[in-house]
Amino acid sequence: MDSNTWIAIASIVTAGFTIGVGCVGPALGEGRAVAVALSSLAQQPDASATITRTLFVGLAMIESLAIYCFVVSMILIFANPFWTHVIAQVPGK
Amino acid sequence: MTLSSDQQVLWHHGFFDLNGTIVTTWVMMIVMAIGAKVITRTLATEGPISRWQGALEIIVTTIEAQIKEVGLRHPEKYLPFLGTLFLFIAMSSLCTMIPGFEPPTGSLSTTAALAACVFLAVPFFGIAEQGVRGYLETYTEPTILMLPFNIISELSRTLALAVRLFGNMMSGVMIIGILLTITPLLFPLVMLALGLLTGMVQAYIFSILAAVYIAAATRTRTREISHG
Repeated sequence: MDSNTWIAIASIVTAGFTIGVGCVGPALGEGRAVAVALSSLAQQPDASATITRTLFVGLAMIESLAIYCFVVSMILIFANPFWTHVIAQVPGK
Repeated sequence: MTLSSDQQVLWHHGFFDLNGTIVTTWVMMIVMAIGAKVITRTLATEGPISRWQGALEIIVTTIEAQIKEVGLRHPEKYLPFLGTLFLFIAMSSLCTMIPGFEPPTGSLSTTAALAACVFLAVPFFGIAEQGVRGYLETYTEPTILMLPFNIISELSRTLALAVRLFGNMMSGVMIIGILLTITPLLFPLVMLALGLLTGMVQAYIFSILAAVYIAAATRTRTREISHG
């Protein structure tokens, strides 16, 4: 196999691993955050506005980690700089 | 498949490319500006008010209440900036209902510009509130040792703001695009509805985070959330 194939294989496999592994941590974190927020909502329904707002902001913070992984894997698949470099070297393109 | 509407070049002249993002941004800006102008032309303070005025009043008072809850004591000072951010992002995700419309926030250049606005607005409001010296002292809280970390967090949270919004909006468009090739009729509709929800949540989060950063810089509240 030549280096072009290796670049393609590495990009695709890495993209899959990035989004797969990168989702695990944020998923666990978001699950914990929502669970704790729900139990505190049940204990103190009066503070629901504050709890919900803080929960949303916190969830956005946690979720952004998964979003980073998603963006990286999208770049690897659709806008890969290494692959563009390889394509540019192919004669007749 | 393209990552964003930046790559659809509609018109080309010299080194200037008119791409899809610029067109959708300007169309949205014009629609919103003209709409606001038309509605506010016939404002009434007593008697029956028009439905549109009622809708706008609900939006403005809700945003004001949310800003106040974050801890900014004079929301009317920050309402123009934060409200514009919220309305722009919310509008652009609402407009994804129009077939063929790609949200301008699905392009990294738009979200980077919005995040840069927040990046500049924080020192602007901070200096306006407590002077240059007072603002710079917020970087040395709680001790002088935290100075480099505060500067890094200032930069990293700007990056986080831009990439978070871009990733969410881009993923919504892309998931619908992929699903259209697999299950054409009903399922993309469900995902579109979910995309509308996440779009509103992202608009809320973007403006709330901007408000939190401004509140931290104006020291009307302790730094609870300073990175992300």
